[in-house]
Amino acid sequence: MNLQMMELLADGIKETLYMTLVSTLIAYVIGIPLGVICFITDKNGICPGRIIHFVTGILINLLRSVPFLILLVAIIPLTRLIVGTTIGSTATIVPLVVAAAPYVARMVESSLKEVDAGVIEAAKSMGSSRLQIIYKVLLPEAKPSLLVGVLISMATILGYSAMAGFVGGGGLGAIAINYGYYRYQTDIMFVTVAFLVLIVQLFQELGIWVVNRIDKRSA
Amino acid sequence: MIRLEHITKEFSSSDKKVIAVNDVSVHITKGEIYGIIGFSGAGKSTLVRCINLLEMPTSGKVYFGNQELTSAGEKELRLARQKMGMIFQQFNLLEQRNVLKNICYPLELAGVSKNDRIKRAKELLRLVDMEEKAKSYPSQLSGGQKQRVAIARALATNPEVLLCDEATSALDPITTRSILALLKRINEMFGVTIIIISHEMRVIEQVCDRVAVMSEGVIEEAGEVKEVFLNPKSETARRLILPDKDEAGSDAGRHSIRIAFDGQSSFEPVFATLVLESGIKLNILGANTENIGGKAFGQMLVEMPEELEKQDTVKRMLRKKGIHFVEGSDER
Ligand SMILES: Nc1ncnc2c1ncn2[C@@H]1O[C@H](COP(=O)(O)OP(=O)(O)OP(=O)(O)O)[C@@H](O)[C@H]1O
Ligand SMILES: [Mg+2]
Repeated sequence: MNLQMMELLADGIKETLYMTLVSTLIAYVIGIPLGVICFITDKNGICPGRIIHFVTGILINLLRSVPFLILLVAIIPLTRLIVGTTIGSTATIVPLVVAAAPYVARMVESSLKEVDAGVIEAAKSMGSSRLQIIYKVLLPEAKPSLLVGVLISMATILGYSAMAGFVGGGGLGAIAINYGYYRYQTDIMFVTVAFLVLIVQLFQELGIWVVNRIDKRSA
Repeated sequence: MIRLEHITKEFSSSDKKVIAVNDVSVHITKGEIYGIIGFSGAGKSTLVRCINLLEMPTSGKVYFGNQELTSAGEKELRLARQKMGMIFQQFNLLEQRNVLKNICYPLELAGVSKNDRIKRAKELLRLVDMEEKAKSYPSQLSGGQKQRVAIARALATNPEVLLCDEATSALDPITTRSILALLKRINEMFGVTIIIISHEMRVIEQVCDRVAVMSEGVIEEAGEVKEVFLNPKSETARRLILPDKDEAGSDAGRHSIRIAFDGQSSFEPVFATLVLESGIKLNILGANTENIGGKAFGQMLVEMPEELEKQDTVKRMLRKKGIHFVEGSDER
């Protein structure tokens, strides 16, 4: 493998990391409030609201049930509107976020469900407002589980970003497709796949290490 | 201090309606320790949860001092709750916060500054004798220690009332006793009105001034603890006090007395000396006693001899030892 190829791969890794990290971040900025709303508006939640619960639930399920490749194509107009182009890593962030945010919302919701109802009850009995319950009890108590969710989301988003290589996205996925698929350079494809696996593994190990350190339940 | 007026709470699920609390009125006076006892499902938890409106009664009114909570706005209710601590069977500590930070939580809500929070939390840790665990996390504590932290947390904002829902039910007898002693001390030191829910009469007996016996959503009888326990009028109270009495009571016509041990004396010496000194054979028909740290708690049903003078001897000796008893409590 020559120097040029290595530069190409380095750029690919950079782009992949960029897409994954930025998309995860934005997906959480949208997904956390969405997940929290879905959780608290449940009929046994701290802020029951049938209509809001129903609408957010439908929205999340709808987006989640569209296969990513189709979503990718379907929201091209939206991507163009936001980024100005539909090609390259920045443009890929838009469909990645649209696909990941509802996924993240569900993960956040299920993390919050793990918080002991008794603890929420105790917080109520001490005179907490709903907002205080959310940011002083629910989110901090669910923190380790939320972080595990981040790891899973990141791995999923990374996988999606590789898929986006088919339709003009950047990163390792695009390299694998352009060289491995269109030009039959299987060696390059294997190398990119190896890198993808490595990145996922790295995130995972690092994440587990962090989670174990911050979770006080198993201290 | 707390007045419940005709509280009714219904739960309706899709197929049926449960009346958990049925037209209950209670007046709890300032500074007392009030017990609510009853079997599982009697509606005790639902009733206390109506006091701080964790559960909104279907009908009836709740007064906290002069304030009607059932008609209070959300903000007022939150402020009222800060004056009512609550502790639970499962402790319900924040798992991701250490002991000190747990106690700080209600102080954060009350808007106390950080330095004052920590000062107050340390004070409370000293009160519940947990100073050396300030930096521990709940998962590193025993049940009794967790409950001490929960008590400290509930007291942080100087509440006027402390609600305890089965606060000792997950603890062993010795730990239970120390937690109850702590509650008693808090009641005496700060004049905090305490409401204790339990299905165990020894818990109520050890610390409560008055007790209400609850069954199927209704208060069957209420009064001074000694009064109710020595002379239970309702079927529920009898069953709670002497669980194995059904068999014992079937021996109709026998003369018996009910002896109450309230921790003043130890059980073995009392009974042994009674038998030895009087030379009278006494038959225990049923007992629900417990020896905790050498002190006896509970009740015992004893069959008395036929002869009247022997009966008098026994009674005289019991009186001399300062032991409470009630005669012929076997009537139904
Ligand atoms: N949220 C609820 N929804 C439906 N039914 C309920 C609910 N909470 C309590 N109940 C019912 O109300 C009745 C009283 O329950 P409660 O928990 O007050 O009893 P308890 O005396 O505290 O019992 P325990 O000693 O087991 O704690 C029970 O029949 C219970 O099934
Ligand atoms: Mg209960």
